[in-house]
Amino acid sequence: MSPALRRYILVRVLLTIPMVLILVSLVFLVLRVLPGDPALAILREGASEEQLASFRAALGLDKPLHVQYVEFIKGVLRFDFGSSMTRKIPVTQEIKTFFPATVELALASMFVTGVVGVFSGAFAAQHRKSAADYTIRILSILLYSLPIFWLGLMLQMTLGKGAGWFPVSNRLSPGMTPDKIITGMYTVDALLTGNWPLFKDAAWHLILPSITLGLVLAGIFTRLTRANMLDILEQDFITAGRARGLRERTLVYRHGLRNAFIPIVTLLGLQFALLLAGAILTETTFSWPGMGRLVVDRIYDRDFTTVQGAILFFALLVAGISLFVDILYGFLDPRIRY
Amino acid sequence: MTTTDILYQIRDLVVEYNTRAGVLTAVDHVSFDIHRGEVLGLVGESGCGKSTLGKALMRMIQEPGRITGGELWFDGVDLMQLSPGEMRKLRGSRISMIFQDPMTSLNPVQRVVEHITETIRVHEPHVSIKAARARAAELVDRLGINRNRLDDYPHQLSGGMRQRVMISLALALRADLVIADEATTSLDVIVEAQFLDLLKELREEFNLTILLITHSIGLVAELADRVAVMYAGRMAELADIHELFEQPQHPYTRGLLRAVPNIRLEDDELYKMPGSPPDLVSPPSGCRFHPRCPEASEICSRQAPTFHEHRPGHFINCWLYQEQEESVSLEASS
Repeated sequence: MSPALRRYILVRVLLTIPMVLILVSLVFLVLRVLPGDPALAILREGASEEQLASFRAALGLDKPLHVQYVEFIKGVLRFDFGSSMTRKIPVTQEIKTFFPATVELALASMFVTGVVGVFSGAFAAQHRKSAADYTIRILSILLYSLPIFWLGLMLQMTLGKGAGWFPVSNRLSPGMTPDKIITGMYTVDALLTGNWPLFKDAAWHLILPSITLGLVLAGIFTRLTRANMLDILEQDFITAGRARGLRERTLVYRHGLRNAFIPIVTLLGLQFALLLAGAILTETTFSWPGMGRLVVDRIYDRDFTTVQGAILFFALLVAGISLFVDILYGFLDPRIRY
Repeated sequence: MTTTDILYQIRDLVVEYNTRAGVLTAVDHVSFDIHRGEVLGLVGESGCGKSTLGKALMRMIQEPGRITGGELWFDGVDLMQLSPGEMRKLRGSRISMIFQDPMTSLNPVQRVVEHITETIRVHEPHVSIKAARARAAELVDRLGINRNRLDDYPHQLSGGMRQRVMISLALALRADLVIADEATTSLDVIVEAQFLDLLKELREEFNLTILLITHSIGLVAELADRVAVMYAGRMAELADIHELFEQPQHPYTRGLLRAVPNIRLEDDELYKMPGSPPDLVSPPSGCRFHPRCPEASEICSRQAPTFHEHRPGHFINCWLYQEQEESVSLEASS
C-alpha cells in the first residue's frame, strides 16, 4: 500500500468520527422530542404516579436531558444500547439474534442486484439500440417502479404456492435446526459445519426473498451501468485497445466495467441503506425473522429502547458501509487521493 | 524507385457516415499505395477525412460510419474480405496505431505494464505473463522509460512518457505498419522534437513503415519520404517530399504550403486561403476545391478530375494537368 493510499484511508476514517457523532445525537434527540411517554405507553393508562416514576427512574428518563445524553454516548461507546423495555434483555442481545438473518438476506439480494444489474447494463451498452437493449431498458424501469411487497407476493403466488418450487416463509423448514450458530447466517453456518441438507434447505428458503429484494434494486443498477458504460465505451482508451486487437469482450467487461465501477460502487454503498429499508418490507412479506421484523414488532410493543437501539445500529451500519465504500474507491481508482 | 515493394494498396476506398443531415462521404474513392519501409505523410485541413482514412485502414470505422466500397490489399490480402475475428488478430500485431492524445488513450485504472502484457498475450496466447513482462521491460528500456515505471498508472507519467508508452504498445508485436494519427498534436514542442528523434531511430531499428497523419507540414517535412495531400475526402496530390515542396502542382497544395508560418517570413504577410472546406453532406459539384481555387475554369464545376499519375511517382487530381477527353473516357468507364 502506498503512503498516499494510507493517508487517504486515515483521513477518511477520521472524517467518519464527527459524522457518527451527529448520527448518534440525532437518534437520541428524535426519540426524546417525539410525543408520547414511553412509561405511559408500556404501563398503560391507570398506572399510578409512583409506578410511572419508578419506571422512569429505572430507565434514567427522570434525569436532565444533557445527563441522559452523556450516559447514552457512554453506553454507545461500550456498544451498550440499554435493555429492552419489554423483554428485559440487552438490546444488543436482540440485535445479535435478529441481525444475521437480515445480513444473509441483504448479501444474497445484493448479489442478485449486482449480477443482474451490472451485467444486464453492460450487455445493453455493448449491444446498444438492439432489441436486447430495448428489452433490458424497459424491464429495468418496470422493476424499479414495482412495490417490493407486490413483487414478493407475485413470486409467492407463482413460484411459491403456485408451482410449489420454493417455500414462501421462514428461514428453514419445520424440524430443521442449525447444529451450531456461528455467524447466524444459516447458509454460512451450514457450510462451516459441513451440514449439506441444512445448507440446501436454508438456501432454498433464501431464494424468493433475495430475488424479490434484489430485482427491485437491480433496475436502477442496470440503468446506471448502461449509462456509464456507454460513456466509457466511447472513450479513447477503448478505441486504442481495439486498435491493439483486444477482444470486444475484454474491452467491455475488463476495461470498460472497471472504469464504470466507481459510480456503481457508490450507488451500491448508498443503496445499502435502501436495501435495509427494503429488507423490512421483504422480511414482513416472507415472515423472515430479521431486523425489519424486530423493529416492526417492537414498535407495536412500544419498546422504545429496542427501537432506538435498532435504529442506532442501522445508522452506524450505514456510516460504516460508506466508509468501507470510500476506502474501496482508493483501490478501484488509483487517481482518487485527498 | 523502380522496383518498389508495396505493403498496402488502397483502391477506391469509400467511407460514409449516416448523419441527421444526410449521408456524409468522409472518404471518397481514395486510392494510393504505401511502400514498405517508407514514411508516408498524410496532410490536410481538419475534417478533410484523414483521420477517418487512418481508421478505415484498420477497418475501425464505428457506427454511424461504414466502409461502403473499395479494396484494402494489405501484404497481398484484401482486408475487406476478412472476418471480424481475423481482422482483430491483425490489429496491433501487423498494423498498429499511435493516437492523438496519450492522456486519454491509456486505461486510467490499468497499470502501464498490463497494457503491454495484455497486448502481447492477446496475439501470442502461449506467452506467459512473466515472459510478457520481461518483453515489456526490454521494450520500455529501449524507448527510454525506466522499467521501474512499468507498475505506475498512466496518470503518474508525464505526457511525453505516455506517448512513449503508446509507441511501445504499437511496437510490442513488431507491426509492419504503424499509423500515427496526429501523434504529436498534444505534445509541447520540446517533447515533440524528442518524439521525432525517437521515431527516426526506431524506424531504422524496427524497419517500420509509417503512415503519418497530421495537419503539421513541419512534421511531414521532418520525417516523411512521400506526402499525400487530402482535400474534402479526396486525394489532391501525392508525391515525393522534395518534389512536392519544391514544385507543388495542385492549387490546393500550393495554397497549403504558402499558409505555413515561417520564422524567416519578412515582408510577406502569411497567406490565407479564401473560403473554408466544404460541407461533405452536399459537397460542391465537379472538383470539390473549385469554389476556392484561384485557377478554376469552367470544367472544374461540371466534372471531377481523376487522381492520376501525372509524372512518374507524382499523382495529382486537377484539370490543369489532365486532358479533358482522356478524363471523359475514364469517367465513363468507371
